[in-house]
Amino acid sequence: MIRKDYRRKLDVKNGRVELAHGSGGRAMAQLITELFHPALDNEWLREGEDQATFEVHGGRMVMTTDAYVIAPLFFPGGDIGSLAVHGTINDIAMAGARPLHLAASFILEEGFALKDLKRIAESMAAAAREAGVAVITGDTKVVERGKADGVFISTTGIGMVPPGIELSVARIRPGDRLIVSGFLGDHGVAVMSKRHDLAFETAILSDSASLHGLVAVMVEASGDDLHAMRDPTRGGLAATLNEWAQAAALGVRIREEAIPIRPGVAAACELLGLDPLYVANEGKLIAAVAPESADGLVAAMREHPLGRDAVIIGEAVADEHRFVQMTTEFGGDRIVDWLAGEQLPRIC
Amino acid sequence: MCLAVPGRIVSIRGEDPLIRSARVDFGGAVKEINLAYVPEAGVDDYVLVHVGFAMTVIDELEARRIYAELCRAAGIEPDPVHAEVLA
Amino acid sequence: MAEYRDGRLARALARRIALEARAPDGYHFMEFCGGHTHAISRYGLEDLLPQSVRLIHGPGCPVCVLPIGRIDTAIRLAERPEVTLCSYGDLMRVPASDGASLLKAKAAGSDIRMVYSSLDALSIARREPQRQVVFFAIGFETTTPATALAIRIAARERLENFSVFCNHVLTPSAIQNILESPDIRELGRVRIDGFIGPAHVSAVIGSEPYAFFAQEFAKPVVIAGFEPLDVMQAVVMLVRQINEGRHEVENQYGRAVRTEGNERAKADVAAIFELRKSFEWRGLGVVPYSALRIKRPYAAFDAERRFGLEYVPARDNPGCQCGAVLRGLKHPTDCKLFGTVCTPENPMGSCMVSSEGACAAHWTYKRFRDCERPTVTSLPA
Repeated sequence: MIRKDYRRKLDVKNGRVELAHGSGGRAMAQLITELFHPALDNEWLREGEDQATFEVHGGRMVMTTDAYVIAPLFFPGGDIGSLAVHGTINDIAMAGARPLHLAASFILEEGFALKDLKRIAESMAAAAREAGVAVITGDTKVVERGKADGVFISTTGIGMVPPGIELSVARIRPGDRLIVSGFLGDHGVAVMSKRHDLAFETAILSDSASLHGLVAVMVEASGDDLHAMRDPTRGGLAATLNEWAQAAALGVRIREEAIPIRPGVAAACELLGLDPLYVANEGKLIAAVAPESADGLVAAMREHPLGRDAVIIGEAVADEHRFVQMTTEFGGDRIVDWLAGEQLPRIC
Repeated sequence: MCLAVPGRIVSIRGEDPLIRSARVDFGGAVKEINLAYVPEAGVDDYVLVHVGFAMTVIDELEARRIYAELCRAAGIEPDPVHAEVLA
Repeated sequence: MAEYRDGRLARALARRIALEARAPDGYHFMEFCGGHTHAISRYGLEDLLPQSVRLIHGPGCPVCVLPIGRIDTAIRLAERPEVTLCSYGDLMRVPASDGASLLKAKAAGSDIRMVYSSLDALSIARREPQRQVVFFAIGFETTTPATALAIRIAARERLENFSVFCNHVLTPSAIQNILESPDIRELGRVRIDGFIGPAHVSAVIGSEPYAFFAQEFAKPVVIAGFEPLDVMQAVVMLVRQINEGRHEVENQYGRAVRTEGNERAKADVAAIFELRKSFEWRGLGVVPYSALRIKRPYAAFDAERRFGLEYVPARDNPGCQCGAVLRGLKHPTDCKLFGTVCTPENPMGSCMVSSEGACAAHWTYKRFRDCERPTVTSLPA
C-alpha cells in the first residue's frame, strides 16, 4: 500500500544544504518546518506566513539591522547564531529601548552541514528565549558552494523607547563621566584564538550577551542624567570613544589603571602585538552620565549580573582637537588614536 | 626591533632538535613554540619568544638582581624576595 | 614582568636621573630598536625624563627601512597564479608604488596569507603541495634565525614548493652608517652622546659587537630590555658613563642577553646566509654589507633565484624627510609632510609606515603635545 504524504525526514545528522533548499519548493519548506521552526518556535512562525503581524502601541520606536559574517562560526562562549541575537538586541538597547521583535534572514552555502545549521538555529533560539524576544519572521536563501562562508545571518530588530528617555551622542557634555560595564577584549580574544593562522589556547570566553536588562536598570537609576550609550564592538573601546569625541566635538580623558582587562586577554594581546583597547566586545557598553549621578549609576549596574564589574574610566572634556587621551599606568600621557582599519598582529 | 614576549614552558614534546617544541604560557594564553634555539630549556623555565621561536632562556636570578639594583638606584628598598639576591 | 612596569619605581628613577643629569649641554641618546621606540611612546617615558635628556629614535624598525621596491617585487610575485605569498602582519598595509599594498593585492585576488611564524608558512607548503609557497622574510638579527630554521627544515624534508624572499638586515651596519654620516662625524650637526642598545637583537648577537662602536666613536652603549623600567635604568647607566667620561658597552638586560648571545642561532644564520655587497635602506640610501642573502648551497630555497626576481628601486616623495629623522637631524614635526599629506593611513615614507617609526609613534601617541593644552570649560548650553 502506498502511504499518502510520505516524505523522507530531513537527515540532520549527515545531510548538507543543497541548492533546492533555497528555491522555494518542497525542500525549502521542509528545511524551514523541520529545522528552523522547531528551534525558533513561536506563535508567529507557527502561522507559516511570509510576514508577521503585530499591534503597535504608540510612542517612539527604534529599528536596527545587522549582518553577521563572523569566522569561525563557532567560538568559545558563542556562535554566529547567538551573536546575531545579542548584537541586534544590543543596538536597540543602546537607544534605551525595550526590544520587541526580531527578524532573521539566512544565506546558506551549498554543502553546509545540517547538523551545524541546527546547532546555530538552536543557539539563536536559546539566546532569543533568554532575552524574552522572538524571531517572528525569516528568510532562507542558498548560494553555490564557495560563495558564502558556511552561513551569513542578517537580523533586524525593533524596539520601543520608554517616554522621557533620549540617549544620543549630542547630549554628552564636558564633565560627563564615562562608565564601562565590565571587562574589555574578551570576545575578540576568544574568536582570534580559533583562527587557524593565529591559533592559541585560552580560557577566555566571548562575552556575547543581550544588554537590555542592564540598560533597563540603568535608565531606572539615572533617568535623564544618562546621556548616551554605545556598545564597543568592532574597533573596541578606542573606536567608540573616538566616534563619540568626533560626533560630540569634545575630548575624552581616561585613566589606564581604571580600565578592566582580564590577565588572559592582556596576555593574548601581548603575544600578538595587539592593544586591548581596540579589541571587540559583544556584551559590554559604555555610558556617558552627568557627574552627580555617576556613583549611583555604577552601584546600580553592579547589582546586575552583566554589570558586576562596572567602573568609571574617565570623562568627557572640552577639546577643540577632539583627542581621546589616556594617562598611562606609568604616569605619562598618550593619545588613544582612531585606527583606519583593523588592528593586525605584528612582529615588531 | 621586535616584539619578544616572556612565557613559561608548560610542557615539551619532540626529540628532534630542529622541531622540538613546547606549550608556552604567556600569562593565560598558551601557544606552541619552537625550542630549537634553546635546547637547554626545560619545563617551568621562562623563555623569550619571538615569531614562534624561543630565543633565550630568561635568567630569573639575573632578573631579580637587576630589579633589586633598579630599586637601589631609585632609592627605594627592594622587597625581601629581590633583596636576597643582592646579598 | 609586571614589576618592570611599576610606575612608582619609574618616578623614583626619574628623580634620580634628574639629579645626576647635570651636564650643562644635556644628554642625547639614540635608540634603534622598534621595541624601545614603542615602549617610550606607549608609556610616555619622555614625560618622565628631565629636559636635559633627549631621546632620539634611530632606524630600528625593519618594516620602516624596507624599500618600496622590495614590496613591489613581492606583490608582482604574488600576482603569479601559482604563488602563495606568506607575510608577517606588519607588512600587509605598507604602501608600495602606485598605492598598492599586500592587502590590496589580496583583495584583488592574489593568494597572500598572513602568518605569525615562518613555521606556519612551512605548514602551508606541506599541506598544499600544488602551490608555490614563498615566505616574505624581513627583520633584524632577532628574526633571521626563524627564517634560517625554516630553510633548514625545508631542506631536510626536501620541500620543493617552499622558498624565501630574503630581506634580512643587520643592526651594526645601520649604526655605523649613522655614525659615519657627515652630519655627525664632521659637521657635528647632530649630537649623539650614547646609544640605548637593542633588546632582542642583542639576545641573539650578544653584547660583543657593540664594543667596536664604543671604542671607535668613543660613545657609551647600554643594552636595555624593552620594558619601560629597563629603558629608564639604561638612561641612568648612560648618564653615569658620560659624567664619568667612560665609553663602554654595558648590559642592562642581563636576564636575557649574554655576552656571546645565542651561539646556536648565530651558527645557523652563518650557515644559511651571507652578506650582500650592498642593500638599499629606505631613508638611509644604499648601505654596504648591511643585508643578507641565501648562500648557494641553499639556492633552491631562494625565491629571487627560483623566480628570477628583478629589483626596481622606487622613489620616496621628494618632500620626505625620513632620512634626516632617522639620523636624529630632524624631529617629525620639522617635516612639511608630517600630519598633512603623511599620516599613518597614508604614509609617505619609512618613519610613518609602521607604528614604531619615529613619525608614526609621535603621531599616534603624542601629537596632542603639538597643540595647545586643552582646557576644561563648559560648552554653551
